[in-house]
Formats: sequence, structure tokens, C-alpha cells
Amino acid sequence: MIKATYKTGLVFFPAFDWAISPTHPEREERLLYTQDQVLEEGLLDIDGIVEFKPDMINRDDIRRVHFCIPDEWSVITDSHLISGGGAKTIATMVVNRVIQRGFALVRPPGHHAMRVVHGARGFCNINIEAIMIEYLRDAYGIEKVAIVDTDCHHGDGTQDIYWHDPDTLFISIHQDGRTLYPGSGFPHELGGPTAFGTTINIPLPPRTSEEGFLYVADHVILPILEAFKPEIIINSAGQDNHYTDPITDMRFSAQGYAKLTEKISPHIAVLEGGYSIEGALPYVNVGIILALAGIDYSHVKEPDYDPDQLRQSPEITKHIEKVANQVMEYWYKVPEIKEKLLNQGGIKERERTIYYDTDNILENQREKVKVCIDCSGVWSIESWTDRGRRIYAIHVPRKACPSCEALGYEWYESTSLKLFDAILIQDRKNRRFIVKKHPM
Amino acid sequence: MIIGLDVGGTHTDVVLVGKEGLINQAKVPTEKTNLFDTIISGLQRVTQGIRVEVIERLVLSTTLTTNAILEGKGEPVGMIVAGGPGLNPELFRIGNHYYPVSGYIDHRGREVQPINPSEIETIASKLRADGIKSVGVVGKFSVRNPVHENQIIKKLSNGFDYVLAGHRVSGNLNFPRRIATVFLNASVQGIYKSFFLAIQKSIATMGIKAPIYVLKADGGTMSLEASMNFPGQTIFSGPAASIMGALSYANPRVETLVLDIGGTTTDMGILIDRVPLLEPLGIEIGGLRTLVRSLNTESIALGGDSVVRVKEGHIFIGPDREGPAMAFGGSVPTPTDALIVLGIMKEGDPLRAEKAMAFIGEALGCDPISAAREVYTAFCHMLLGAARAMVERINQRPVYTIREFLDAYRVEPQEIFIIGGPAPYFAPKLSEMSGLPTRVVPYHEVVNAIGAALSRTTCELTLFVDTERGIASAPEDGFYKPVGSNFSIDEARDLAVSLLVQKAQNEGASSENIETEVVEELQFNMVRGFYTTGKNIRVKVQVKPGLINGYRVELSKELSLGDVSNPMTVNPRRLE
Repeated sequence: MIKATYKTGLVFFPAFDWAISPTHPEREERLLYTQDQVLEEGLLDIDGIVEFKPDMINRDDIRRVHFCIPDEWSVITDSHLISGGGAKTIATMVVNRVIQRGFALVRPPGHHAMRVVHGARGFCNINIEAIMIEYLRDAYGIEKVAIVDTDCHHGDGTQDIYWHDPDTLFISIHQDGRTLYPGSGFPHELGGPTAFGTTINIPLPPRTSEEGFLYVADHVILPILEAFKPEIIINSAGQDNHYTDPITDMRFSAQGYAKLTEKISPHIAVLEGGYSIEGALPYVNVGIILALAGIDYSHVKEPDYDPDQLRQSPEITKHIEKVANQVMEYWYKVPEIKEKLLNQGGIKERERTIYYDTDNILENQREKVKVCIDCSGVWSIESWTDRGRRIYAIHVPRKACPSCEALGYEWYESTSLKLFDAILIQDRKNRRFIVKKHPM
Repeated sequence: MIIGLDVGGTHTDVVLVGKEGLINQAKVPTEKTNLFDTIISGLQRVTQGIRVEVIERLVLSTTLTTNAILEGKGEPVGMIVAGGPGLNPELFRIGNHYYPVSGYIDHRGREVQPINPSEIETIASKLRADGIKSVGVVGKFSVRNPVHENQIIKKLSNGFDYVLAGHRVSGNLNFPRRIATVFLNASVQGIYKSFFLAIQKSIATMGIKAPIYVLKADGGTMSLEASMNFPGQTIFSGPAASIMGALSYANPRVETLVLDIGGTTTDMGILIDRVPLLEPLGIEIGGLRTLVRSLNTESIALGGDSVVRVKEGHIFIGPDREGPAMAFGGSVPTPTDALIVLGIMKEGDPLRAEKAMAFIGEALGCDPISAAREVYTAFCHMLLGAARAMVERINQRPVYTIREFLDAYRVEPQEIFIIGGPAPYFAPKLSEMSGLPTRVVPYHEVVNAIGAALSRTTCELTLFVDTERGIASAPEDGFYKPVGSNFSIDEARDLAVSLLVQKAQNEGASSENIETEVVEELQFNMVRGFYTTGKNIRVKVQVKPGLINGYRVELSKELSLGDVSNPMTVNPRRLE
């Protein structure tokens, strides 16, 4: 009888009856062959691997994280409630110590969904990892959380949500934004002034293979995780770095993913992207499950796996070492820069344009944050889209100091509905979400 | 008339059932080391004074394969396993003649790596030299394409008595279970065949010419001839017999919890609208998980003769049994002793029962009658707790579509049926504690044999269509057919059902008893690039487990008069 070293839970929700559109990569068929492989390997019979039925998330779960415009029900489907629920179920089982590790093999994914949601970006509507984390914080008092995003695309949604949160370390490795959607995730993106250095980006050149990924894990991810000392580690387990993925250009493998998982040792893995549904997903998922459970995965290989063919060039190796050095150099300077930023104080503003590729929406944002030495600072976003929506959203952080808390409500009260369709306040300190709207 | 026989751990029950109802019944002690005599003497007892020519059908539910497996009496089996990448096939090593070989088929049924013929030849001569007679051949994803298993079997050529291919035991995916299932079938096949050939002969000598069937773990029957190839299907037919026997009394459109309370254990099962709930994959025996289709039954180590103990002021019952109740000459207190002290049961030695409860009472700090009441309550509490946990496990089974998720179907039993020796004594308390109508099944002591007698032939079939590859296949049944790119799910369903009916008939079903249903139906567009290149269709159909026509109605009409749901009265004299 095979026995798992770490008791591992799975939520498998392939949503066999849901697609963005019939031929979209995010379609019914996506996890079909993964299910075939998992069932044929008999993984669910292994002593110490258990499967759970997902719960559903509710509106309050979403409101801890997002400002959904015009409202939650307009931007999500039932499938999102279940995939978010799958992550929440796994997380609950981990913190209740029913399992030591867990994997939410669910779809649709979430890591491109930002704080404000007008529609779908990069196949994502709501950020299921963030919803899970904020639930854990409210229900179980978890404080320090690390997210390692190993999807091939920059996890710009998760980065956005935790940009101002010093308690959440977000590390993303991805194909260089100059060569792939969404085009962001460079080493200088290190977080807002009050959470500087808890966002880490490691862009890798196209055609990076096992060697490069594992180098970055050893030389960047693990030391930074070690220093942060998170209570819980989450892996946004996208699988599109695979050498057969149709929409990316990397050379990663099932063996590589399993080794990377073993190194990161996440408590919770959540499936993100990965669209090589026959050539990669069945093997990568089996590899990840076995690595999580601490079971020998050395025989898990794609039918056409040939490590010699996939080996990266010396130029790529050199480039990766350079990126890794640069990231670490920045990281060593973080305390010094953060102190400077905090001492400057005041209100910092930034403006940006966000494109929703899946739903073809263009959003403009003006963000301001109170740079506070007592807390991570209240912040707000003015958001308007090419569809003519305009909202004002205020976030009071969980550990807001009394003056930031008061300032948030002052902004809320003093902003006139004349300029906006809605004014929203997400008060994480008092667990409140209030919306001011025009009467219908 | 039909004979049903069910071999149990201590007793073997036999019934003779006619269209008008139960005609005769007999109970003979089970001789574990001589099942043959047990079966024959049971048959002789039940047919005494009957003209055997009128017997139309004979169904046997035996413990032969179960015991052979649990006692490790199976024959050695040569296992040839084509694992391909994935978990290391060494992890599934079973028996002393296990050979992982090259060859790999992927999830679509495409050959990735061919087999190596010389490797097989070497293994075959080694197996012959070791005197191996039974061989199992199992490949990963062989249910999607059995070509490697078939090639290996061809290469083995002569010199073996029995060769079983993995794709023949089930259409379900699960490579480790496929290995275990093939191994178990192959290891008991020799014993099974010689035993039942002898039984067949003796039955013929008795003048019985009726076709012989055996009961399977899924509550269905199959002809004795068909079972010779897949003897593993007969493991754990006992619990299935009881549940099938209870079935005809269940109310339609409700969910029924069936409890079969024995001396050592209680078996639990679920009926939904008179159809028993099946295990999703298959039965587990002796620590091996298999693909042997079976009813969803759970056994808990709690019965009328379980040992009662008191630890730190709390009552613990079971899991062990140390002989009979004290009232029947045993040496430790049991729930049966409590029943006697409370006057609920009127057999046994009341003084010895009282002594048992006095012993418990001493530990609890109360009188024997209060102790007996505590034991009685604790027993029912444990039983209902185990049943609730089982129902919860069933309800926690995952679903994979949004529609099923939102439907959120939950099993919630609305009635309890109890069978087995001590059944009547526990009915009132179980009813009171669960708040559910609780009935003792009529003829509860032989209802298992009735279940065996009347169960219909069942089977299942999985059809797999891949229009991109242009094939429809049901390897478990040896079926392949090329199909065009426009082959539809309706055609797939029709094809699956017609194959199923044919299979059921081959296994001994008469056409009027074949009630088919679609268990699973999935269709996916396969998109490569941005174009739909084909359809991937999976249809699983089954003959519903149930009772044969012609007997059920009459039997249930007559027997339903025997409803024993009246609350038992407690003997007032003993309570004072």
C-alpha cells in the first residue's frame, strides 16, 4: 500500500459544463484528460490522499477582496463561486489540520483578477486565491501569507490586490512581460510605499527550462520565503510554462513542476492557467499531487519527454542568473528604501490603464494611498471605463490605525455621487462593505 | 419455483420461493472447511418432499472466493504489467511472480511505446518453469485500447490454464485496482472452477435440471458458466443478498437505510426508490481495492454478541466478539444479555444475563436493569451514529459539473429496515432514537436467501467514442467499431444499451428482466488550435440491480402483512 508522507487533500472541480466560449482555451474539455490520468493512476486510493467536495463562496467572501462593478452577480457565474469555493474548502481543511497540504484543481482560474472588477481579464473574473486568503484571515486569524505564482503569465491581479499589504508576500515567476500577456511583472515592481518589498517579480526569458526555474527557486524564492516567515504558503499553480503549451514559449516539464513544488513546499496549491490539455496537464497535475503528498514522482513523464532536447542555452542561463541577481540586489535594499518612503509620508498617487482582454473593456484608474507609519494606510481608487462606468472605491486595511480608518470614512462621506455611479467602502478593519449608489 | 441459498459465517440459509410466496425455508450450520457439504445439505433440506422438476432456477451466494482470498488460499498468479510513466509499477507489486514490462498506451488509447515481444517470451518461459498456471495481464489505459494486453496474451501461447486480461474485468479507469482485480480473479479461478463443477454435478444428481446462478457483490446474478471466467465478482455477495431481500418491501420514492444486525457485525446499505446504491468503483477485500462492482455496503464491528466494556464510566461495545452472550453460555457481557434482562428477548438463561448486567452495573454504579437500559441505548446510538457517518460520506462524494453541484442531491433516509437475528429487539429503540419509521423486514431471518433467489442478472458497460480517432469501443466486452466524424451522443447511447442487453443475455438474463439505465453520459468537443476536431463521448450504462419479474409482486403482497413495526413491550415484571 502506498502511503503519502504528507496528508494531502484535493478538490477536483473540472466544471465539465462550463466554457468562456466553445473553442476558448478555458473550455469544458480542459481538465478531462487530467481527470483520466488521475483516475487511472489511482491517486485517490492512496492512503493519505483525500478528495473533498467544494463549498461555494458567497458575496461576503468576494467583498473582502473585490469591488465588483456594477455588482458581484454581473461579473461572475456559478462556476466562479464553485472554483473559489474549492480553494476555500482546501484552505479550511489545511488550517483545521484535517490535511497537511492541499490542491484545488479547479477552473476557472483567478490570478489576473484585480481589486476592481469590471469584467474578465486573462480568463479570470475573481481572484480565488485572494478570496481564500482573506477568508482565512477573518475566520482563523491568519496573518502572514506568502503566494508563489508559478503560472507562465505574470499574476498581475494578485499583485494588484496585495500591492499595499505588507503581510502578504507575493512572488511571481513568469515569462518576461515584453514577450507575453499581460506585459507586466518586472523586478522594479516591488509594492506600494507601505508594503515595499513584499511584491517580488522574476521575469524569465522565453525557452527557460527546468534548470532555470529550479535555479530561481533556490536563489531567489526560497531565501525570500525563509526571511518572510509566512504562516502559510500558497502556490498559484499555473501549468503553462510547459514545453507543449500552445500560448506561451517556455520549456518546463512535469518533472520540473514536481521538483519546483517539492522545493516550495506549499500548504495549498491552486490551479491557474495551463492549456496544453493533453500533452502537459495530465502529467503535470499528477507530478504536483505526488510532490505535495511526498510520494516518489520520478516515473511521471510526458510521453515525448526528452530533457536533452529541452535544455536551455548558456545565454539563457546567463540571463536568468542576471535577473536573479538583480532581484536579490533590490531585495537587499528594501529596508532602506522602505524607511525612506515611509519617512516621506503624505499621500502617494498613481494612474494607470487596465485592459480587460477577455471582455474587451478599457479601465482607467487613479489611486491614492495614505503613507502611514502606524499602518499600511488607507487607499482609494477612482475608476472609469470606456463603457461609461465611473466609481470611487475606498479600502480601509485590516490593521488600519484610527486616523486612517477615520480618513477612509471622511473620503466616503465627502465624495459626491454627482461624479460617480457608486461610491464603495471596503472596511476590512470592521468587516464592513458599504455602497452608496444613485437611487434606481 | 426458485431456490435461493446464502452461505453466512455461522449459518447457511436456504429458501424455496414460488410465485405464491415463500414455500419452504431451512437453516443449516456453515462448515467453513466443508462448504460443499453445507451447500448440498442445505439444498436437500429445502427440497425435502418437493418434486425437484418444478424448480426453475437456483441461485447460490457463497463465501468460497471471499474466504479463499481472506485466508490467502489463492493459487500463485503470474502478473505481467505494462505500466508506462506515472507511479512506479513496482508500487503495485502483488504475489511472487510480478513482472513490469515495457509498453504504454495513453489516455486517448494511442500507442506511445510498443511492447517488447522477447521480454514477454522470457517471462512466459520463466512462469512455465515456476509451474505457474494462472496469468494476469494488465496495461495502463487498456480500457481505452487493449492492444498491448492482447498482444502479450498472444505471445504467452500455450501452457497456462487461465489467462485474464485487465480490460475484461471492468470498463473503469484505475490501473492499481485493475491489477488487484485481475490478480484476485486469477488466484481463485482454479479453486472456484473445481468447486462449482462438483456442485453442478451433485445438483444434477439430485435431479435438479434448473439453470444455476451465482450472486455477485452488486446484488445481481450471473450464470454459473459465465462466473467461471470472473469468479472475483462473487466476493462479498452476503451483504448484497440481505439488501436485495429487503428491497421488495421498501417504499417507492423514498430512501431506505437497511441494517443487517448479526452476532459480530452489522452491515449497512442504502436503497433509493427501491434501487440499491452502488460503490463508485468497487469493493475492498483484505486491504486490496478492486474494480469488482458492488453495492455500497459498510460493515461495522457491532452485533448482538459484541463484548460490552465499561471504561471511565462509559460503555464501549465491540469491536470484538468472544463467543455467545452470557445468557447462552458465553463468558462476557453482550448486548444480547441486556435485551434479556430488559425482557425484550425471551430466550437464554435470564439469571446469567442478569449476572452479565450486574457486572456492567457495578462498573457504572447502577443496578442491572439500569445497566441493561444503558447498554441497549448505547448500542442503538452507536449503530445510528455509524449509519449517519456512512450517509454523510455518500453525500460528500464529489461531482464534476455545475449542474450536478447546484442540484445538490443528498441522500436522507426516510425509513429504516432491519434484518438479521436480533432485528426485532432493536426496532423500537432505533425508531425512537432516529425518529424514523423502523420496520423489521418480514422473514428477516432468511431474507438474504430470498434476496439471492430473486435477484436479476446485472452488468454494466462503458462505451468510449473518439470521433477524431474514428472509433467507438467497449474493450471490456471486446467491442470495436469505426465511426464517422458525425457520430452523435444519441447513437452512442443506443449502441451502448444494445451492447449491454446482449451482454446481460450472455450472462444469463432473460430479456423481460433487463431494465437498463444510463449511469453516466459525457460529451466533449475536442478543440485543437481553434477548430473542433472531434468529439469525445463517454457513456456508461447498466442493468439496474433489482428483482426478477413474476415473483416480486406476489411475494411482497403476501409478506407485507407480516409487518412487525409494533413497538415491543418491555416485560413489566423484570422492570420492577
